[in-house]
Amino acid sequence: MNSFSYSRPDDVNAAVGEISEQTQAKFIAGGTNLLDLMKENVEHPQHLVDINHLPLGFIDELPEGGLRLGALVTNADTAYHELVQKNYPLLSMAILAGASPQLRNMATNGGNLFQRTRCYYFYDTATACNKREPGSGCGALTGYNRIHAILGTASSGNTPQCIATHPSDMCVALRALDAVVRVSGPNGDRTIPIADFHRLPGDEPERDNTIEPGELVTAIDLPAEHFNTHYTYLKLRDRASYAFALVSVAVALRLDEGGQIAEARIALGGVAHKPWRNPAAEALLTGKAADTTLFRQVAEQLLDGAQGYGNNTFKIELAKRAIVRALDMAYAGSTQAGDAYKQEDIL
Amino acid sequence: MSTITVTVNGKSYTKEVEGRTLLVHFLRDTLGLTGTHVGCDTSSCGACTIHLDGRAVKSCSMLAAQADGSILTTIEGLAPGGELHPLQVAFNDEHGLQCGFCTPGMIMTAADLLSQNPNPTEREIREGLEGNICRCTGYHNIVRAIQLAAERTAGVPA
Ligand SMILES: Cc1cc2nc3c(=O)[nH]c(=O)nc-3n(C[C@H](O)[C@H](O)[C@H](O)COP(=O)(O)OP(=O)(O)OC[C@H]3O[C@@H](n4cnc5c(N)ncnc54)[C@H](O)[C@@H]3O)c2cc1C
Ligand code: SF4
Ligand code: FES
Ligand code: FES
Repeated sequence: MNSFSYSRPDDVNAAVGEISEQTQAKFIAGGTNLLDLMKENVEHPQHLVDINHLPLGFIDELPEGGLRLGALVTNADTAYHELVQKNYPLLSMAILAGASPQLRNMATNGGNLFQRTRCYYFYDTATACNKREPGSGCGALTGYNRIHAILGTASSGNTPQCIATHPSDMCVALRALDAVVRVSGPNGDRTIPIADFHRLPGDEPERDNTIEPGELVTAIDLPAEHFNTHYTYLKLRDRASYAFALVSVAVALRLDEGGQIAEARIALGGVAHKPWRNPAAEALLTGKAADTTLFRQVAEQLLDGAQGYGNNTFKIELAKRAIVRALDMAYAGSTQAGDAYKQEDIL
Repeated sequence: MSTITVTVNGKSYTKEVEGRTLLVHFLRDTLGLTGTHVGCDTSSCGACTIHLDGRAVKSCSMLAAQADGSILTTIEGLAPGGELHPLQVAFNDEHGLQCGFCTPGMIMTAADLLSQNPNPTEREIREGLEGNICRCTGYHNIVRAIQLAAERTAGVPA
């Protein structure tokens, strides 16, 4: 790991000020992603601003019925928080499907948003990677790409510049819940809907998100709609535990009194550079009852335009089947809530 | 360099550390507490698990500087005065180790698990250990050891 200077401010303005003054400075929260990337020499900041002493460790109820999650609350404390478990069990379930207990005890909500892709070539500095080194090429495109994207990879040229996926489980649930990211920066505060927080690679694969230099995430707001009766997070992976998703599906449904679907949200993980949604596909479900043929149509629509690159082509059909299954589970309000994720059911 | 003050196994230390010193290296090299192992250095194997303010974390994936002001417990701190912790006894009784390399991390993870959930099911134990890799035992005896420790300590506050 390169050497770097280190500071530990205790208020948000000081942290934002420091990061803007220093060249090549980075925030560090839990450190569970950044330090690995520094050990592998993928990231080499000259200065680290440790934000663990900022007062961002709160979970507060919002007046309109939502919940504000402080950026420094750990993933574990978030997933096990009484109000998250009661009102946003989809979020708990997604967080607990990721990483391991020790990592969730350290990883923060803010850091989770920024975790970088698990593309093997991105980590291997001996290979070409447009995300790590813009213009060098994409090792995955012609190499081994089992874990790579099948949606949203287009660039202005004929071939994609980057086919990496965003690896987070938590962010897939946040996308389904229409969370809002709160940010403080050199030019003041702003909010970013989660849909606009992560971005597609296009011609700038080095940019994972739309955050501006010097900006700090202070909190994530969950809107008042809870989706705490008909939901599921289905994660499919190569090993039944401790692995990133090949494909994951977060489903949140609101049913009317007659049992018809009044509102449907479906977010996909592991398939694109950001958690993926398609409003047209979700709209197919409005006013309808459960029906496997309909669910399959929804899945076809969600995967519209999907493209495989060889090793990952299987993910197109895998994603479709996962969507049908997740819709079935969520609609049935099945037992998954108490038993976070039953791998036997999935495999 | 920065100065950190940490309490490790009940004893307070104030030391100068280089920014890039990982907590696990601070524990092993500066404090000489070599019970905490380094199996991978990439946050994967769990051999380096310790308790930071009572919760299991991987000490290879944090800086020593990040631990400033914290209370840390390592495997050495589980047996103050030399009397083995119930988990240590149970690992012995159930043959929960072979080479022993993963064992400190397994026990520290299990201790946190039992403090959150004193009566875990087998499945909860297996899920709780997902961040700890053992290349010898095949895990069954580790799970049994944790079940045994849980039975023996049932109702006894940790
Ligand atoms: C072995 C392993 C397995 C894993 N498995 C999974 C999995 O299955 N699913 C999953 O979702 N995740 C998984 N993870 C990833 C884990 O969730 C992330 O590492 C974690 O969420 C990052 O949070 P952190 O606080 O440690 O971030 P850090 O490592 O501290 O920071 C990450 C990045 O975010 C920036 N940052 C942090 N906080 C802020 C802020 N408030 N404002 C602005 N920038 C900020 C930092 O500058 C840095 O660039 C795994 C990690 C490991 C090591
Ligand atoms: S997919 Fe993206 S991250 Fe992976 S090698 Fe290609 S450019 Fe790099
Ligand atoms: S040495 Fe820390 S997880 Fe392997
Ligand atoms: S006993 Fe050898 S690695 Fe677990």
